[in-house]
Amino acid sequence: MKNREYQQIDPQALATPTPTPPPRPLPEHKPRRARRRWEVFPGKNRFYCDGRMIVARQSGVLPLTLGLILLTSGLFFIFDCPFLVKHLTSCIPAIGGVLFVFVIISLLQTSFTDPGILPRATPEEAADIEKQIDNPTGSSSSYRPPPRTKEVVINQQVVKLKYCFTCKIFRPPRTSHCSLCDNCVERFDHHCPWVGNCVGKRNYRFFYTFIVSLSFLTAFIFGCVTTHLALRSQGGNGLVFALQASPASALELVVCFFSVWSILGLSGFHTYLVATNLTTNEDIKGSWSGKSGNEDVGNPYSYNSIIKNCCSVLCGPMPPSLIDRRGFVPSDDSVQTSPVEIELPAAKNDINMCTQGTKGLLETASRSPLLTSSCPQAKPQAVLEPLPEIVPEPPKTPHKHHSHHRSKAKQSTHHTPKTSNSSPRPHHSHSSRRKDSKNRDPKFSSLR
Amino acid sequence: MSSAPRTATERTKLPYCHESFHNLQELRHSASLANKVFIQRDYTDGTVCKFQTKFPSELESRIERTLFEDTVKMLNNYYAEAEKIGGQSYLEGCLACLTIYLIFLCIETRYEKVLKKISRYIQEQNEKVYAPRGLLITDPIERGMRVIEISVYEDRGSSGSSSGSSTTSSGR
Repeated sequence: MKNREYQQIDPQALATPTPTPPPRPLPEHKPRRARRRWEVFPGKNRFYCDGRMIVARQSGVLPLTLGLILLTSGLFFIFDCPFLVKHLTSCIPAIGGVLFVFVIISLLQTSFTDPGILPRATPEEAADIEKQIDNPTGSSSSYRPPPRTKEVVINQQVVKLKYCFTCKIFRPPRTSHCSLCDNCVERFDHHCPWVGNCVGKRNYRFFYTFIVSLSFLTAFIFGCVTTHLALRSQGGNGLVFALQASPASALELVVCFFSVWSILGLSGFHTYLVATNLTTNEDIKGSWSGKSGNEDVGNPYSYNSIIKNCCSVLCGPMPPSLIDRRGFVPSDDSVQTSPVEIELPAAKNDINMCTQGTKGLLETASRSPLLTSSCPQAKPQAVLEPLPEIVPEPPKTPHKHHSHHRSKAKQSTHHTPKTSNSSPRPHHSHSSRRKDSKNRDPKFSSLR
Repeated sequence: MSSAPRTATERTKLPYCHESFHNLQELRHSASLANKVFIQRDYTDGTVCKFQTKFPSELESRIERTLFEDTVKMLNNYYAEAEKIGGQSYLEGCLACLTIYLIFLCIETRYEKVLKKISRYIQEQNEKVYAPRGLLITDPIERGMRVIEISVYEDRGSSGSSSGSSTTSSGR
């Protein structure tokens, strides 16, 4: 049984070529200390401060973002401010300081806040959904089961809710599955490599504050440095003399010149999205723009008033985090849940789960209530038995991920790197399809 | 909400009451979980949190329709109150924006206050209405606000015929 061997890797099984490993508890069960839920979280996230902070697994570009901001602002305060305070006004470092604080705090909040991750379905819930899905033809003939959708009418618009094979739920409206974080995120906007996290319902307002304050900061620094160099080169000294006197200003000028256009563009774009109550994902897919020629399509979530849209997106109530990061995993469930969650990494690669695998889940959920709690050892075996039917297949690009790939590819047009305006679009969509094996590629491709 | 019977003798007179379940503790100790019923979200009003009030067929023999619908409607009202966009939420949002949202670390938002009210309400409903009928409602926040999970318990002493039939139907 392939999956059983994958789980119960222990020296005895490896040394002796026995087909069935000894029936002993899983290694996870060894430590007796209570574990927090973030330790068994199935998505690809990292947690700090004992679950208080959450980031995507790849936060590679976040240090670069932080570094650039700190470097440019630092050089500004050290080299340009003294001159400007002497010749102009002391308000300049004050304004710069306020903007700098806004940028750093909102960046850290965007990066370390749960974007609105939806927890995965419990086995009973998944089984209940399976029962409700009417699929009489089955998928024994076809290679992969048909994409499951459910239609709802929202504000006289027909909206399709798709079934997420990884999370085993019907995604609520405006929710999308992020392949990088391997989570369904509510009101999914996009996955931002610069902040190292998804941007969704809970952290969109932080993200918006970040890009708006950053555009003010870069414009402010650019203006101040230009003024500084202009003042220095007065009196017949020339620009070269000014640059020699203050070489740091040259670096700041270059960084700010290339950043200000992209950041200002991004802020403008997101202001448009906020005013029309759209997400980047929906805008790129053209969900409500009537691209299919249907004149009646419109955004069903918009309040049809710019002010009301802005207020609801930016000043609306702050929803709670749905994933309980710091709660403790119940000790009687730890034996039951850990096998299921260990299965998930194997199943994660197989996005198109065989119907046999989900039927096995059905059997598991139906069987588990009957098992009495006096026999915890029997539970892992019962849980494991039907699951080996899941055959890990080579990762394929499922239907549901297309929107994310397109959004990532398109997002590169707005997230043009600070140092160059290259457009790495084709590389983006191809590299992001390689899911687990090459995790670093998507972020590096954005820098090419 | 209709008044729930307060004394044990009154409770035994209920049409759906299992006499052995007098409170939540007894439910957990003397009953075994037979089935779970899931009340799904109702998305017709958009992304606001609202649950379907359709009465599930599995509960037909366990609880009166009106009691169930009252519970779900009350929960929907609470969630609507939490997510209401009005004067107070704007004030909270603007104040938060000025303090770069650091205020969320210090004070309890209105949403969190309403969630506490909801959990107290569910606890009260479980004690008064659902546990005497061998049912238990799980707070939707524990299921990612996707479903209201109602656990159906069977008395261990009673025959497992109804639980057996429900599991064979789900086992397919």
